[in-house]
Amino acid sequence: MHHRSSTTESAPVRWLLIGLALLALSLFLLLPLLAVFVEALRRGTDVFCAALVSPSALSAVRLTLTAAAVSVPLNTVFGLAAAWAVTKHQFRGRALLLSLIDLPFAVSPVIAGLVWVLLFGAKGWFGPWLADHDIRIIFELPGIILATVFVTFPFVARELIPLMEAQGNDQELAAVTLGASGWQMFRRITLPNIKWGLLYGVLLCNARAMGEFGAVSVVSGHIRGKTNTLPLHIEVLYNEYQFSAAFACATLLGLLALLTLGLKSAVEQFTHQRASGRI
Amino acid sequence: MSKHRVIPGFGLSLGFTVTYLSLIILIPLAALFVKAGGLGPAEWWRILSAPRVLAAAKLTFGASAAAAMVSVVVGLLVTWVLVRYRFPGRRLLDAMVDLPFALPTAVAGITLTSIYAPNGWIGQYLAVWGIQGAYSPFGVFIALTFIGFPFVVRTVQPVMEDLGTELEEAAATLGAGRLTVFCRVILPALLPALITGFTLAFARAIGEYGSVIFISGNLPMKTEILPLLIVAQLEQYKYRDAAVIAAGMLMVSFALLFLINLLQRQLNWHKR
Amino acid sequence: MSISIQSIHKTFGTYTALDDISLEVPDGSLTALLGPSGSGKTTLLRIVAGLEMADPGSGRILFHGNDVSDVTAGKRGVGFVFQHYALFPHMTIAQNIAFGLDVMPREQRPKRAEIRERVGELLRLVRLEGLDKRRPNELSGGQRQRVALARALAIRPKVLLLDEPFGALDAQVRKELRRWLRQFHDEINLTTLFVTHDQEEALELADQVVVMRNARIEQTGTPQDIYDEPRTSFVYEFLGEVNKLPDGRYIRPHEIELRFAAEEGVDVTGRVSHLFVAGPFARVSVSPEHGRRGELEVWASRDQVEEMALANGDVIGLHFPNVKKPG
Repeated sequence: MHHRSSTTESAPVRWLLIGLALLALSLFLLLPLLAVFVEALRRGTDVFCAALVSPSALSAVRLTLTAAAVSVPLNTVFGLAAAWAVTKHQFRGRALLLSLIDLPFAVSPVIAGLVWVLLFGAKGWFGPWLADHDIRIIFELPGIILATVFVTFPFVARELIPLMEAQGNDQELAAVTLGASGWQMFRRITLPNIKWGLLYGVLLCNARAMGEFGAVSVVSGHIRGKTNTLPLHIEVLYNEYQFSAAFACATLLGLLALLTLGLKSAVEQFTHQRASGRI
Repeated sequence: MSKHRVIPGFGLSLGFTVTYLSLIILIPLAALFVKAGGLGPAEWWRILSAPRVLAAAKLTFGASAAAAMVSVVVGLLVTWVLVRYRFPGRRLLDAMVDLPFALPTAVAGITLTSIYAPNGWIGQYLAVWGIQGAYSPFGVFIALTFIGFPFVVRTVQPVMEDLGTELEEAAATLGAGRLTVFCRVILPALLPALITGFTLAFARAIGEYGSVIFISGNLPMKTEILPLLIVAQLEQYKYRDAAVIAAGMLMVSFALLFLINLLQRQLNWHKR
Repeated sequence: MSISIQSIHKTFGTYTALDDISLEVPDGSLTALLGPSGSGKTTLLRIVAGLEMADPGSGRILFHGNDVSDVTAGKRGVGFVFQHYALFPHMTIAQNIAFGLDVMPREQRPKRAEIRERVGELLRLVRLEGLDKRRPNELSGGQRQRVALARALAIRPKVLLLDEPFGALDAQVRKELRRWLRQFHDEINLTTLFVTHDQEEALELADQVVVMRNARIEQTGTPQDIYDEPRTSFVYEFLGEVNKLPDGRYIRPHEIELRFAAEEGVDVTGRVSHLFVAGPFARVSVSPEHGRRGELEVWASRDQVEEMALANGDVIGLHFPNVKKPG
């Protein structure tokens, strides 16, 4: 940083502002993070470990991983397709499509669960038909997956669209003139250019999928050991006043969040350094 | 589409995008509005004018607006410090700002509750001042601010980075003091981004569920938010009431977003 | 008001931006700081403005004999015009121009009517009457440049500083605006220092040209001096086209005389490799014979080229009347 007397504040003002920001962030971010681990270990490591290996906790982890394993790839494929359609082509209704992709951001997770209950619930549109054919969606794994897909729908697309918009079409057009096929162009030109943004989008989508609470809560049925995901399991434990066990399970999700943030800043640092030619 | 397209894959990618969007988002949302719309105005009025719904709406929109406003102030301070100053630990803080995005809402909820409960780390000091942290509308506000302020930081940050120092230098050579420069040059330049950040934080706060239900205490008429009310209706199998409340909420959210988008367009002078 | 720059040093970390710079800018003059990018010219301008501070203990900046080294930018009374104009996008043109008056302390601030009058006066001065209600994004580049100038002049600065004032404009507008600025300077007679990397601009516009390179001043003088009597090979090569002869001497294209190969006084013979005639002028590229490398560039009149019936591939003679070797 250059010394620029005319466009910065005096040192005391500077340090006051830094201090205030640090205070706000520590009260707001660091303290809650710390609290998760302190509360989890309050009753000792035995309680902590027991909470993590209990059968209902393990089944909740399994269900959470399953739901994420289905919804993240689906939304990744969607994100790639949507970004390709929107950034590589001009067509009528493009602006409308862009705002529709953002739509789920403005929808409460509870509503994201509710819509599936209205469609597939016992009193929903397809409820009687599903009951006749003995297919269960609500209060079962398919419902949990649908709710998760709805909530995590825009994450990959939202990450890729600005990135691909900024990169433009020149390289793809050059590839076309050199005789590349569509798939070759995507594999060898587009994908290498967007891989870090794609990775970050997938990470965010995954974090949200594994942590989703409201939407899943509405469609799950809260059957312990069967339809409880990890966040729902935490709620159940918390409401039963098993605070340490609840926080013990919360540490898993807290660590997932930290991992996501760590990978994100690693990706950012790496791409930034490459962009400025330092690697 | 008769026009020849140079880059291949248009039909396939757009077709998949539109189909998937319709199946996952549009048709289910349409189902909600059809369900709610089939009830007629009298029924709508009966459901929405119930005192419990009105109380929940007041709390939801009021606490969301307050939280979004505080988010703007805190977010602006944090962004300023992150963009303008260099100090040890800056990169770590920058990364930490995203924590509310990445931390599952249920975890945020139980954690904030434990901190702001009357015997919690911060709650005990608030209690000395006679302020109840958790289990009060104030608790709802705290949770919504936690959820909202990263939106402000992440919206304002790129704009502030692009702002550069030339405008400020111009103002300085014209004799303006630091405070004048901030109020008359920097703030107006950031205003569109601040409004966007406010909107995002506000929209997110209205629908927020997981982080709020633990800290709010969920007392009907006092600390119950709209999403929780929807869940309560569902648990009593009152699908119509749930659908009407949800449709009403969505309409208010969409209308707000639309209005603020219009305002945004008015304010976008700085697009060169 | 004269500007005196006395042995200024400036370093950014390990990078030396200015190395012992001293310079006198006479009262009422129009002085150009000319050099390639990275030569330190913009840093010097910013130090004069107070936007950058020279290294502690290095030297002084005097305005009319008063040391202003420790005076902040806002109190120096300089008008600064930025390369990309730095107009405030959310204000109208009138509000932009009035900004420096609006932010004065209450006791010095002119009355509202006076400010309005001054803004109108300035708009007339820069020939932008009627645009007062527009916003900067509705103006062309040349118009924005003049608004930036009016805004800088509103506070009645003691000196005017311009950073690459025409750098962001296209060639046509640049030429017009350059002439206009020269006339404008002659009218208001304000000591003006401007930065440019365009030698044509510096030579056409300035009373005094300061050529900079690698954080140092190479040469200071009138445009005539600098062009005709360059002191270093850098100045020779930077100002206008020049032919470098194998023995290290320089000669400008218009100084070479074309002759027939067999004529007297021919210094070099060569083959015409390219001939370009435009209007009354002709550019002739000549490849010297006898294994010498590099082409020589010769500017001649069209009449002469036609008289000699020159064509590509002809062998001709060149005479060097006035060959200099820089010091």
